[in-house]
Amino acid sequence: MKPAPFAYHAPAQLPELLELLADDLSDVRVIAGGQSLVPMMNFRLAAPEVLVDLRRVPELRGLRWAPDGALTVGAAVTQAQLLRDRRACDAFPVLAEGIRHIGHPQIRSRGTVCGSLAHHDPHAELPALALALDARMTVASAQGVREVPADDFFVSYYEVALEPGELLTAVTFPAQPADAGWAFRELARRRGDFALVGAVAGMRAVGGAAAGTRLVLFGVGDRPRRIAAVEQLLDGAAPAERLGEVPALVVAAIDPVSDLHASAEYRREVAGELAVAALAEAWERARGRGEDQR
Amino acid sequence: MARREPLVGRSVPRVEDERLLRGQGRYVDDIHPPGCLEAAFLRSDQAHARIVAIDVEAARRAPGVVAVHTGAELAEHLEPMVFQIARIVPPPVAESTGATSRVHPMPAIPADRVTYVGQPLAVVVAEDRYLAEDALELIDVELEPLPAVVDPEAALEPGAPLVEPTWEDNGALRYRFVRGDPEAAFAQADVVIEETFRSHRHIASPIETRGVVASPDPHDGRLAVWSSTQTPHQLRDFLAGALRRAPDTLHVRAPDVGGGFGPKGAIYPEELVIPFVAARLGRPVKWIEDRSEHFSATTHGREQVHRIALAADRDGRILALRDRIVHNCGAYNTLGLVVPYNSLTHLVGMYDIPAVDVELRAAVTNTGVTAPYRGAGRPEAVFAMERAIDRLARALEMDPADLRERNAIPPSALPYRTGMIYRDGTEQTYDSGDFPALLRAARELVADEDWAARAGAGRRVGIGYAAYVEGTGVGPFESASATVLPSGRVRIATGAASQGQSHRTTLGQIAADALGLPLEAIEVVGGDTDAIAVGFGTLASRSLVVGGNAVAAACAQLREQIDGAARLLGIEPDEDGALPLARIAGALTPFNPRRPAGAPTRLHAEALHHPGPVTYAAGVHAAVVAVDPRTGQVELLRYGIAHDCGRPVNPAIADGQVVGGTMQGIGGALLEELVYDEDGQLRTGSFMDYLLPTAGEMPDFRLAHVDVPSPLNPLGVKGLGEGGAIGPMAAIANAVEAALAEHGVVVRSCPLTPARVRELIRSASPVATATTQEGP
Amino acid sequence: MTDPIPITVTVNGAEVAAEVPPRLLLSDFLRRHAGLTGTHVGCEHGVCGACTILLDGEPQRACLVFAVQADGARITTVEGLADPDGALHPVQRAFHEAHGMQCGFCTPGFLMTTVALLERTPEPTEEELLDALAGNLCRCTGYRNIVAAARRAQQALAAGAGVPAAAGAEGRGDGEA
Repeated sequence: MKPAPFAYHAPAQLPELLELLADDLSDVRVIAGGQSLVPMMNFRLAAPEVLVDLRRVPELRGLRWAPDGALTVGAAVTQAQLLRDRRACDAFPVLAEGIRHIGHPQIRSRGTVCGSLAHHDPHAELPALALALDARMTVASAQGVREVPADDFFVSYYEVALEPGELLTAVTFPAQPADAGWAFRELARRRGDFALVGAVAGMRAVGGAAAGTRLVLFGVGDRPRRIAAVEQLLDGAAPAERLGEVPALVVAAIDPVSDLHASAEYRREVAGELAVAALAEAWERARGRGEDQR
Repeated sequence: MARREPLVGRSVPRVEDERLLRGQGRYVDDIHPPGCLEAAFLRSDQAHARIVAIDVEAARRAPGVVAVHTGAELAEHLEPMVFQIARIVPPPVAESTGATSRVHPMPAIPADRVTYVGQPLAVVVAEDRYLAEDALELIDVELEPLPAVVDPEAALEPGAPLVEPTWEDNGALRYRFVRGDPEAAFAQADVVIEETFRSHRHIASPIETRGVVASPDPHDGRLAVWSSTQTPHQLRDFLAGALRRAPDTLHVRAPDVGGGFGPKGAIYPEELVIPFVAARLGRPVKWIEDRSEHFSATTHGREQVHRIALAADRDGRILALRDRIVHNCGAYNTLGLVVPYNSLTHLVGMYDIPAVDVELRAAVTNTGVTAPYRGAGRPEAVFAMERAIDRLARALEMDPADLRERNAIPPSALPYRTGMIYRDGTEQTYDSGDFPALLRAARELVADEDWAARAGAGRRVGIGYAAYVEGTGVGPFESASATVLPSGRVRIATGAASQGQSHRTTLGQIAADALGLPLEAIEVVGGDTDAIAVGFGTLASRSLVVGGNAVAAACAQLREQIDGAARLLGIEPDEDGALPLARIAGALTPFNPRRPAGAPTRLHAEALHHPGPVTYAAGVHAAVVAVDPRTGQVELLRYGIAHDCGRPVNPAIADGQVVGGTMQGIGGALLEELVYDEDGQLRTGSFMDYLLPTAGEMPDFRLAHVDVPSPLNPLGVKGLGEGGAIGPMAAIANAVEAALAEHGVVVRSCPLTPARVRELIRSASPVATATTQEGP
Repeated sequence: MTDPIPITVTVNGAEVAAEVPPRLLLSDFLRRHAGLTGTHVGCEHGVCGACTILLDGEPQRACLVFAVQADGARITTVEGLADPDGALHPVQRAFHEAHGMQCGFCTPGFLMTTVALLERTPEPTEEELLDALAGNLCRCTGYRNIVAAARRAQQALAAGAGVPAAAGAEGRGDGEA
């Protein structure tokens, strides 16, 4: 399983990298960690003519904090690097929890956060986390830079809102309320596998009621899904009174498919349960954090 | 010789480890003669098609390409492959079962038709594998699709598309065995259960794929072949015939082999084509199978359908067994009775059943060729029988473990004749073992914990058992030689080869004890046709039994020679009883002017061990599962294995084999499935699709040993390479069904994925499948 | 630009310089160009872990790295674990003592994974241990003795068992590309 031939560039400057990507005569692809791309190349399911390695570009490395607490993760930052950053894990515990479900240390030590987002396997953890955390994608090309909200970024299976010549250079996670509680749940065949179904839930506890509820499911269709109906249902109420209604709303909002690992029917069945479990845990954590705040 | 504690029976640390730990192993891809070329095979992406045209001209001109051959070109030089073992139906077997098996020649590379996805269509030889794969893309093949048949039952239906156009149907093999009066027993029984159980298709998936390196030696005209094989001597003999050259002009070696498990005991098209091409080019050629090829090109196993019925009286005494089995050969019936017949002889297991009626029909289909995979027909049979036992227990409202004990053959009844003829033509006889003790030991392994509490609220607990016997140490023979080297060390050569079974250690222990030497003085060479001229190879749980006894015999002879030589030379043993072997060997050389007349010039002994009938190992597995009925997830809380291996030569190594085999079985029960769609397209083509168990899925293993030495060989050993893999599918299916008893779930196949478990719960009905009849 | 590119990779402390096609996988580079066949190839799609090496101190699958991407990197393979004078690394010794190997094909990958794990996390929880080991496949042992070997190695290292100078000491990268 040897890949087809290609030309290789590892530019040290971002403008040079973007110029290489702007070549519309050749089939050009970017490589970061390669954990998704190289297997496809070894199977010859992908055969780019030109491979541009982004890992030497200084601007793409590193985690940057904005004054308001937003975290910007450059395209070359590995999943392991993010996990090792104490401040990032404290500020975004659900991000850390979700990333720990990605494969194994040998994958995370090279796979990048942005690479997983740009690859967009709908069973993967990071796209769902980005959606749940309202992340913003920084997309650059030789023509300039634009920001894309996560919800607009994930289009369909392996398809994201990147035009030819564009590169995801960073993802920014806005600061989360300090009293928010989050939970991450995933059903997988084996430890470290892609999810059969997964859920990311978050909320604050205000009085005895949920506020700012977020619920994202993944593995339930061609992209991660925010379940707005559930978010509206729970906001302003005590979750215990409403959780029973969640599964039906979840099932109505998702469109899972059958594959080798699970049927659509199975995914529909368990998605609701998983959502309830994630929401319940997020609520418990929110109440705990709310008390910490007092 | 030297007086010391015996090594046999002790967990001596392995002699193999040092170089492997340092990364100094030599597996077939590590062998790269100067100037070695690399090959790649173009493989069919159609399950059944006529080869209309194949144009390799562009590939021939591609950079770095040295040669390209199609099936039509090779057909001028190479006959289709037929294996001797496929022809063999011993007369007693034919008489007992009417067994017939069609000989089915398999072209190394077909010229006219392809019959399975992955079948080779052409071979490219180039400077390296990268360039060879580039050239594959330049080959233009026109295939005209033909109707494909995948399901073996469908293949046996009248009017099914023919896989082999020269046959009138797809039936490759059949047999039927009847003993006693099963019809009467079924008619009169208090309880009858009837079920259909399906054993699904697995692959063995060793971490090292296959590979061959062939290198012609211009000096002596010999052809050196290294292959990641379990059977180098058989490969040598096959190549001699196929390449029409004297066997001694071939030097075949199995280097370090990264796992075999059965499939590497078969002989493959690539193992013929690569040596042929190398000899023709006069240059070394290597082919290393990549993982993607492995899924379709290396043999598969375990696919059978059993329509099984048990008749019993109301006290739980089994009166009769009936089983109608359909076996999937894949695209070629290469090995005849080898796997399917094991299903007959391992169906009754450790139970005394008065009336038996078993019929098997095997079909060829447009799927990958099937061959032995750890258990080789036994796991399939045990799945059906042990599932049937649990269904019968449910119908009788009896504890399944009690039902097993009720029907187990007691030690007093051994040697026990089943009335069947074993594949080697001998009367099947359980020679030794304590089946009730194994059942008790397995129960005890899982009896000491409050499982419901462990599982927690919301999860259901179930315990499932699987009992099996295993005929081990099958003939025809294994070879061993023992030679004193000038250094005073002793070299043991044997036809047994190792793919992780630690033969260099265990056979070394046997030799060391027989010779009274320390283990460090022994070296074991296996898998080399120059080191010893004849051999059979490692498969079928036989190397310790047949190879071990051959080693013991050769060493006993050598010891006599050594003692005799010492007397002749007037050399006395030292105070520990040790003889100075280097000195004796040195004194015997022709260069020694004081050599006594009539003394041998070297100390060397050879032996072949021809075992009689197989000797029976046995085991009982006990699986404890916690099932979450809402998600369908199954967790193994504990996995108990009670095991009889006769007499462990090295207990740690023996346990390692058992645990390793069991983990493969667990993979099949919960994770692994090779899937074809109805057009014969392989849907599982990578490790993303075919899921192997990892350390994360490892249960808490508990082992109990109930070893009863074999009376059939001087060492008292039984084979144990396969046993672990035989029980898990049945034990785990039984456990899951028990856990979900209140839902009325019936488990008829594996793997028990979360989605499948949910499906079972969704579609279950509480209607029992037993028919309870009025007794006589 | 599919022409060979000159690279220099430090493997087990020694520089290996070569001109390689961009598509040459690091696993093949190590086996052919560096002549170190201890790193094994089992799947070439990043699942089996037989090709696990340390790249700038981090465990990575060599079959998913192009050799050109490793230009300037420091790589440790299984051949680099033992002392120059031959003493086995404590992890290697532990695998031997715990009977943690049978055919040996997956073993180099497991050794590198275990070395990396214990360097970074000298006292791994059960979760952390299984998370790391579950990234390598074994088909022979059923994992029981491999897990035992890793724990044994952990104890040996904690007790101050000598880690050979060549292995790992230069390996503690912090993930910077």
